Amino acid sequence: MGQLLSGARLFSPGDGLDMRGDVLVENGRIAKVGKVDPAGHEVVDLTGLVLMPGFIDLHAHLREPGEEYKETIETGTLSAKRGGYTTVVSMPNTSPPIDSPEAVRFVIKKAKEAGHAKVIPAGTITKGREGKELAEMGLMAAEGAGMFTDDGSWVSSSSVMRRAMEYASALGIPVASHPEDGSLSGKACAHEGPLTLKLGFETAPREAEDIAVARDIFLCGLTGARLHLQHISSLGSAELVRRAKDTGLPVTAEVTPHHLLFTYEALQTYDTLYKVNPPLREEKDREALLSALADGTLDAIATDHAPHSPFDKEYEFPLAAPGMIWLEMAFSALYTMLVLPGKLSLERLVESLTTGPAGVLGLNDRGRIREGAVADLVAWDMSEEWEVRGLASLSRNNPLFGKVLSAKPKRIWIDGNEKEL
Amino acid sequence: MPLMERLRSKDLIGLEGITREELELIFITADTFRVFLERPIRKLPTLRGKTILNMFFEASTRTQASFDLAAKRLSADTVSVSKKGSSVEKGETLLDTLRNIDAMKIDAVVIRHSAPGAAAFLARNTEASVINAGDGLHEHPTQALLDMFTLRREMGDFKGKRILIIGDILHSRVARSNIFGMKAWGADVALCGPRPLVPEEFRAMGAEVSWNLEEEIPKADVIMALRIQNERLSESFFPSVREFRRLYGITPDKIAKAKDNVILMHPGPVNWDVELDPRVTEMVKTVILDQVTNGVAVRMAVLYLLLAGAKEEENGTTA
Repeated sequence: MGQLLSGARLFSPGDGLDMRGDVLVENGRIAKVGKVDPAGHEVVDLTGLVLMPGFIDLHAHLREPGEEYKETIETGTLSAKRGGYTTVVSMPNTSPPIDSPEAVRFVIKKAKEAGHAKVIPAGTITKGREGKELAEMGLMAAEGAGMFTDDGSWVSSSSVMRRAMEYASALGIPVASHPEDGSLSGKACAHEGPLTLKLGFETAPREAEDIAVARDIFLCGLTGARLHLQHISSLGSAELVRRAKDTGLPVTAEVTPHHLLFTYEALQTYDTLYKVNPPLREEKDREALLSALADGTLDAIATDHAPHSPFDKEYEFPLAAPGMIWLEMAFSALYTMLVLPGKLSLERLVESLTTGPAGVLGLNDRGRIREGAVADLVAWDMSEEWEVRGLASLSRNNPLFGKVLSAKPKRIWIDGNEKEL
Repeated sequence: MPLMERLRSKDLIGLEGITREELELIFITADTFRVFLERPIRKLPTLRGKTILNMFFEASTRTQASFDLAAKRLSADTVSVSKKGSSVEKGETLLDTLRNIDAMKIDAVVIRHSAPGAAAFLARNTEASVINAGDGLHEHPTQALLDMFTLRREMGDFKGKRILIIGDILHSRVARSNIFGMKAWGADVALCGPRPLVPEEFRAMGAEVSWNLEEEIPKADVIMALRIQNERLSESFFPSVREFRRLYGITPDKIAKAKDNVILMHPGPVNWDVELDPRVTEMVKTVILDQVTNGVAVRMAVLYLLLAGAKEEENGTTA
């Protein structure tokens, strides 16, 4: 006896699936897709809804341990669930950082206790995220770490990065890079261009990212190890990734909702809500990112969900904390602002939230609607309009507060168990 | 008579977007105060009862003294707060600081801050008039106004004249304000200095960009040298002081090729023998000290135009 999710439009572009039909869930997995005899099953009527795989976020700052006033694993995973995410990769730049097996165990324990979206902890590449000595990647992997990254800092030593990639590849886990040549970006808080020159910001050119991406790609060629590039934001970097993929290198890349939706024109008013790292760039970058997402150069949309308290954002622009929260409204915002106006196909949007990120993590049984896959499923009402407010996150640093968006998750299953939204 | 009676905004954040009419209003008002400053008793009752807060988050002697003097000459009460660094060092956010100011019922705030946008941020969050005395690398509008006021006194309408600004343009809020103001007035602006300090993106602001000073000097009607800060050396913006002096310093051999009636300006303080060879001041007309005196008159004009309401004008206390 299983649960029969019946009558929805089944939409999983990564499986080539778009049809009205049923999904039979048994023992936490998808047992059958298509027409199923309801006899002997608990039938759940999803008529009028769109059933999609639960989304996977490769890049969320859950802030615990150390900054629980901004977010906790509990509130972050609740936000994720309410945004249609069933799995999030938590970033390790907490305080202390997740650079030991004990710390990985802590994150997993907290996530299990919360019982919302599942968490795959990322561990650091280097001890203390200092870019010098390798962290205990093998022990962290044994505890459940699914990615290694020094996110927030680039591993600037090519030698350390080379060893990290070699070592991690033997563990079967991708190394993710925050590509930013700090010697070029310095104390910049904005993208370098005519507008920010006029506004008097300390700026960094997009080449600060491109140079780091190029080096990382060369190391990928040298080591053959899986390389994941985080929050690609420049047209040059997108082109470098495209060429690397053309030559068959095991490179993957993600892009954030804010780099797809906004440009540095928003800095005109010095509004710190638009301060992010990497910085918002120009319209030509945004257009290049959209085409790179459309043609598959960019594998995933990752939120870089970065909660900050109001105080963290009330400082002078150069001192304000960078980042935006996204988990609870990323899909609705991208659907409303890119898919509905015809700038991005719904297929690519959903792939980049499901099979795209699953592929980065090497998980073939998540982010899919097919027999044998983990039953992480979300039923959406695509036409429901809702106003962004009163979110589960402890923070509210996103410029879309007060805006009305379309598409809302109505029901969610994680490992086959229906959860409250 | 002024062509208009008020500035369009309650604040003076920058000269970006200012009109020639507004500039004329400020200059005509400053003319009156400039005459008045030559009198034996230099105090007017115009802003009696108004309170002006000088908030300097960055060290300043001349600008702060100039604003303070301008306010006192107009009989306003002034309160000065000098804080080194930013509010963040005290564990207070900028918005906290601003809320406190607003609670004090101040009529105007003069603010200097190391962060671009700080003055605009303050203006959005207070009823008081906000005057930007320098926000990071962004703008320093009263300095540019006094530069332009000084030029206007020296050469009359300088519309169509070529203003050459030399040195560290990248890190200069004075240069940015002057580009906006001079262009709004109708002058041509050329920028010159080492390429890392004079990025060509400045062309988007309507200025010409050159990295060859010898070619530029003969074309200029006005030469404005900016201060070169020593820290730019360690940041590798140029290799050495002697090389800077040779290529971009204003020296007698270079100035010998300038137009006969060229005017030399400097917003100060001068790094003598770096950007400016002292012998040059004997070769051409310099207005560096006039700039300081004019600074008080221009700041009086700005305070007057932003703060003096219709009521005072009815009472016949206009300058």
